[in-house]
Amino acid sequence: MSLHQETVLISGHIIDSLILAKVLDIILMMGGAFDLEDVHIGTTREEPSRARIVIRASSTTLLDDILKAIQPHGACAEREADCRTAEAPADGIFPDDFYATTHLPTQIRLHGQWIDVDRIEMDLGILVDTRGTVAHALPMGDVRQGGRIVVGRDGVRVTPLQRPRERDVFGFMESQVSSERPHHHIITDVAARMRQLREGHRQGQADSRVLLAGGPAIIHAGGRDALTWLIEQGFVHLLFCGNALAAHDMEADLYGTSLGYGLAAGRAVPHGHEHHLRTINKIRAIGSIDAAVTSGVVKQGIMAACVRHNVPVVMAGTIRDDGPLPGVITDSVLAQKAMRAAIPGVRLALLVASTLHAVATGNLLPATVPTVCVDVNPSVPIKLSDRGSFQAVGLVMDAASFLSELARLLGRSA
Amino acid sequence: MTRLLVCPPDYFGIEYEINPWMRLSNRVDHERAVQQWHGLMRVFEQDLGVTLERMTPVAGLPDLVFTANAGVVVDCTAVVSRFRYPERQREEAYFEDWFRGHGYAVVTLEKALFFEGAGDLLGFPDCWFGGYRQRSDIRVFPHLSERFHREIIPLELVDSRFYHLDTCFCPLSGGDLLYFPPAFDSYGQSAIVQRVPKDRQLPVPDDEALRFACNAVCVGKHVVLPSGCPATEHLLQARGYRTHSVPLDEFMKSGGSAKCLTLALD
Repeated sequence: MSLHQETVLISGHIIDSLILAKVLDIILMMGGAFDLEDVHIGTTREEPSRARIVIRASSTTLLDDILKAIQPHGACAEREADCRTAEAPADGIFPDDFYATTHLPTQIRLHGQWIDVDRIEMDLGILVDTRGTVAHALPMGDVRQGGRIVVGRDGVRVTPLQRPRERDVFGFMESQVSSERPHHHIITDVAARMRQLREGHRQGQADSRVLLAGGPAIIHAGGRDALTWLIEQGFVHLLFCGNALAAHDMEADLYGTSLGYGLAAGRAVPHGHEHHLRTINKIRAIGSIDAAVTSGVVKQGIMAACVRHNVPVVMAGTIRDDGPLPGVITDSVLAQKAMRAAIPGVRLALLVASTLHAVATGNLLPATVPTVCVDVNPSVPIKLSDRGSFQAVGLVMDAASFLSELARLLGRSA
Repeated sequence: MTRLLVCPPDYFGIEYEINPWMRLSNRVDHERAVQQWHGLMRVFEQDLGVTLERMTPVAGLPDLVFTANAGVVVDCTAVVSRFRYPERQREEAYFEDWFRGHGYAVVTLEKALFFEGAGDLLGFPDCWFGGYRQRSDIRVFPHLSERFHREIIPLELVDSRFYHLDTCFCPLSGGDLLYFPPAFDSYGQSAIVQRVPKDRQLPVPDDEALRFACNAVCVGKHVVLPSGCPATEHLLQARGYRTHSVPLDEFMKSGGSAKCLTLALD
């Protein structure tokens, strides 16, 4: 359903008079929908109340009819103005009063026309090109002196998320997190989406990629085989991780341990703590993970699957990294840039067992991307939603169980 | 001491049709109208001791007689009406002149923000009600509310026969409310019920509402209303009011009665 929307303002003694209720009823009875924004209720009887109502309708005709019907009750279309811009005073600095983005679909009004803001992401600014015809979201650090940045709030509108057509877990768009909620139906819905996206990806559709951002607990907990299988079967098309996931994955292949623990035996192996260092050293000597896989040194596992199936991997470093492995981006601004560049086309994001990568990836994703955050610690999905990624469905469970169940539902034999 | 602004009916008549009551074919008996108007004034001055301020009538402005629509007066401030129909817009300048000439601070509203004075703004001391949709624009009430620091509950008028709030809604001095519920939709009726307790509500019967029983003037415990409304009078008397009925049917031909013919000045 293509949606048309308009924002109206209404003020006065609209609560006790039931005028606001009447206006909202009219919108619904005529077949429209609304979101109430900025409702201010007068604190005394004398003080007026006011509300901003975003009205949505399936056609411009219906929208016009609704606007006409509510206008006599004092609901007037918000005065539309072009957005204002100001020049960035220096490289890497936005003008004062810059508009800070949300990760919701956003439009700005330029020369009387509403245009989409490309590459939307939360907490950025909006750069308008020199001809004033296109706009995209831009990180603070990337702005160049003189760039025209949107300032103030006039002429900017944000579209609330529509419920997706699919009647699955993502349709509820609520990030309630609880370890006491059943997991199975959520994983079933994720699997269904992945099956659909793999089909689209195989047919060459650009917007059908699945992103997995993960931490090393995937390896420690025993989820390595399941994730490898998912990559090999074409269900995952982009991997974000750090030094550790890659290092322990290849350590497992070379030594059969993960951070020194024998994966099969389940106990510490003598001098096992050196294994990940020796792994990193070996890959550094070879020069790249790609070369280590193609030369046959690393045979199995997540990294090998990514190399063999051309799944791009963005590895972002941290200050506690050993090595790091070749390919790990140690400049976090550059790492963020590389992740951002890889995001377009992602239509499902799985954030598994990593606070750092989950939050970093959540920050970069538009709200329109269905997102699942899996962690044994409920604080991770909670943190993610607290930081604005409200579309993320939280799943409090162990990474290996999640990946194994997902793979099983997608056809992997146990 | 109550003061009311009135305007003698020298030029009163039906010269256009801007409400369902007005019919050009339904001619006013001018002599009778003048007698009825003077009868009403006699009740105010002689029976109730009201002071009357008389405006000078103007030829060609037949509705100037309905001074309730001059504007609204609060203490020493007068907000002058902005009429919806061009036929009555010519009255605005005369009302404004009168207020200025009598020492009121005059407030004028932006053009096209229709407001028809005390016809559409009535209330109790701490809560006012604003009629809208037929004549006044709902957007005027937040302005007035801010200026006078009063709550104004807007009420949609849903029946074009009751085109001003004062045709179907009359707050009385004792906190009682004479009104005709079907002139409002369910939202308006609920809003009224929220502000006026059930035992203070005096709903008038249909036939008397159509005789403009609610277009009454309350002065202390006296209520002046059009004749032919015995049930309403009975309701009022039961609540301790003294009623004064006055024949005003010549003015009903124009859609006005006792209240429309007066404007409370203080």
